[in-house]
Amino acid sequence: MNKQSKEKKNKVGEWFKSFFVVTNDKEPKLLTFYKKNGTKTVIASLISIAAGLVVGFILMLIIAAASEDITVADAFSGLGVLLAGPFTGTSKYVLTNFGDMIFYAVPLIMCGLSVAIAFKTGLFNIGAPGQFLMGTMGSLIVALNINTGGGAAGFFVWLLALLVGAALGFIWGTIPGLFKAIFGVNEVIVCIMTNWIAANVVTWVFSSMNNLVNTGGGKSNYLITTAVTGNGTPDLGLGKLFNGSYIDISIFIAIIFAVVIFIILNKTTFGYELKACGSNKFAAKYAGMNEKRNIILSMAIAGGLAAIGGSLYYLNPGIEFNFGTAYMTLPAYGFNGIPVALLANSNPIGVIFSGVFIRYLAKGGDNLVTYNRYVADIIIAVIIYFAGFSRLIIELLTKRQRKMTEKANLKIAARTAANDDVSKESTVETETPQNEAAALSDVGETSDGSFGIDNTKDKEV
Amino acid sequence: MVLIIQKTLLYAIPLMIVALGGVFAERSGIVNLALEGEMIFGAFMGALVAYLISVGGTTMNPQLMFVICMIVASASGSAFSLLLSFSAINLKADQTIGGTALNMLAPALVNTLGLAFFSQEKLVMPATFKSYVLINPDLPPFLQIFADKAYISTYIVIAVFILLSVWLYITRTGMRMRSCGENPQASASVGINVYKMRYLGTTISGALAGLGGYVYIATTVGGMAQSSVAGMGFLALAIMIFGNWKPVGIALGALLFGFLKCVGAVSGSFEMLSKIGLPMYFYNIIPYFIVLVVLALTAKKSGCPKAEGIPYEKGMR
Repeated sequence: MNKQSKEKKNKVGEWFKSFFVVTNDKEPKLLTFYKKNGTKTVIASLISIAAGLVVGFILMLIIAAASEDITVADAFSGLGVLLAGPFTGTSKYVLTNFGDMIFYAVPLIMCGLSVAIAFKTGLFNIGAPGQFLMGTMGSLIVALNINTGGGAAGFFVWLLALLVGAALGFIWGTIPGLFKAIFGVNEVIVCIMTNWIAANVVTWVFSSMNNLVNTGGGKSNYLITTAVTGNGTPDLGLGKLFNGSYIDISIFIAIIFAVVIFIILNKTTFGYELKACGSNKFAAKYAGMNEKRNIILSMAIAGGLAAIGGSLYYLNPGIEFNFGTAYMTLPAYGFNGIPVALLANSNPIGVIFSGVFIRYLAKGGDNLVTYNRYVADIIIAVIIYFAGFSRLIIELLTKRQRKMTEKANLKIAARTAANDDVSKESTVETETPQNEAAALSDVGETSDGSFGIDNTKDKEV
Repeated sequence: MVLIIQKTLLYAIPLMIVALGGVFAERSGIVNLALEGEMIFGAFMGALVAYLISVGGTTMNPQLMFVICMIVASASGSAFSLLLSFSAINLKADQTIGGTALNMLAPALVNTLGLAFFSQEKLVMPATFKSYVLINPDLPPFLQIFADKAYISTYIVIAVFILLSVWLYITRTGMRMRSCGENPQASASVGINVYKMRYLGTTISGALAGLGGYVYIATTVGGMAQSSVAGMGFLALAIMIFGNWKPVGIALGALLFGFLKCVGAVSGSFEMLSKIGLPMYFYNIIPYFIVLVVLALTAKKSGCPKAEGIPYEKGMR
């Protein structure tokens, strides 16, 4: 009995050991895991996040040193609050905060998907804020003008509002796509122009619709909510379940969209063409793909996704839209789609998690008392900054991994040599070219990009 | 009439200098999307220094103080732009992403520092500091345009604009810098240090953006801003493209856009304009719309630097 357990322990030990060192002439399992591209991109994202947190913490320390009211201990507790996200405060509200976090993550996820699909086609969709606003405008015009008072009619109008918002965003996203495809104009500059046009249009349109303005409550320039007309997003009892939080079915819609985009990108010819255009426009054209159509469609879909983010956010019965300042400041949700997509390496499923993560961080920022919520914004900005050169980080990681692989291979070779007779030396020799081949295949990996724009280069084309 | 010209100048001056900043970066091969962020940071640092000087009650000449603040704003703008240069030149990161990061970082940083030290999110210049307006109401109307209710910054900016534009075109360094934006490999082959040139271009760009940002909040919006410059940096980017990456075109573009901005701002108070009944938003949209039209018409033969946005790597062909 005792012996058996010892053997078992040994086996567990062996298994555990196999992760770190060469066993049974096989390279360590962790190394095999490390070799995968996905692992490296995740590590690069984690490094970006860590860098963002470090910079944020250093800044908090500097403020603590310079300010009389804030001590160094406050900086540490501030970091704790930031990392705790929604899980601080009285336990009564933790459930509410959690539900809110999920709800606020929805527009981030949708904008992240929007930026991600454009990245996959080699386009930088910085127009998400404008598309977000157009979606908001389309949906609110429908949902606030028709008074149903809830019920099946309310659901129908809600659906209509969502579709109108998506359609407006689709059209808005087509503009930069058309400019890029037909005139060859950089999509970034067109996106910036359309953003500010959208911002002014939204304020203009709503300032001429006096019947939609909320006159009560002492606030100015706010619209009424969908709670008044009964066309809000249904929550199927989730609000009650999460103790009066904003949460509704929009999170499921966002997840469905993420899965659909994932399937389109990875399982359909159209998705393959999009990625091919992103990797090499000229090669895609040479292969007979209509690269202009793909650019236009990709931007249009991106516009629709960001718009649905705006629609889902403001169709919630609890959220008010301030149209008075819309023309001066672009919605942060649109811009935050960029870090969401970058952190997820433009993987649609990853976007769900990175969207929730960014909201988690922002919620932590909201809870800061000694500091202010903008610390979270700084951290997010630093994360994007680092994500910009994640390709370099991945290259460094690949270099390290190649060294480790070489070491492991040498060890394996030495072991086989020691175990075998001298007459069997030839087997060792035949192994050497294999090692070289392995090393060569690693070289191919290095050119693999960091974020969505070109990470499909080797695999797909 | 005098009022319209003055108001136009009020908008055109910061736009002009920031757009020139964009030219310096792009002509050296770096896409500087971070103009807006650099403006915000420069504006904040300038306002901070103005606050620190006047907090204890000072007898310093207000014009001198104004100039000091402008210098500080330029210096901090260029310091902020080093973040972009480092990621774009040394680390060869994607320049649009780096610029976007800086655009998000600047307001967050300004708000954090503002709230931590002044308990407010606004950039407000101290009231005692508002005496830097030149007032000469007795002059004839023509001179009034330039010397009554005017700012010394207008002349400084125009001088800097002309000097730097000439510098970019006739000096050796200026020409070398422009060559790095067109064909860095060729420049390197004749012994030009591309990294250094690109650093120089982005740093000047940051300095001009910082200066423009401070001039914007000190003059255009009368010493107060909501921790942002309301998209002026992006508008400057548009002007740069409108002006085809050339100083003369930019000066004209800035005047045109400044005029449109001014019309938008005063549209409610002028009888002639309020009769048309179009809101401010319409006039706000026009500049962006014009840029789109110009882009569509001139994209094929634009003066856009050939190598902008492409990281330079030594030895790459």
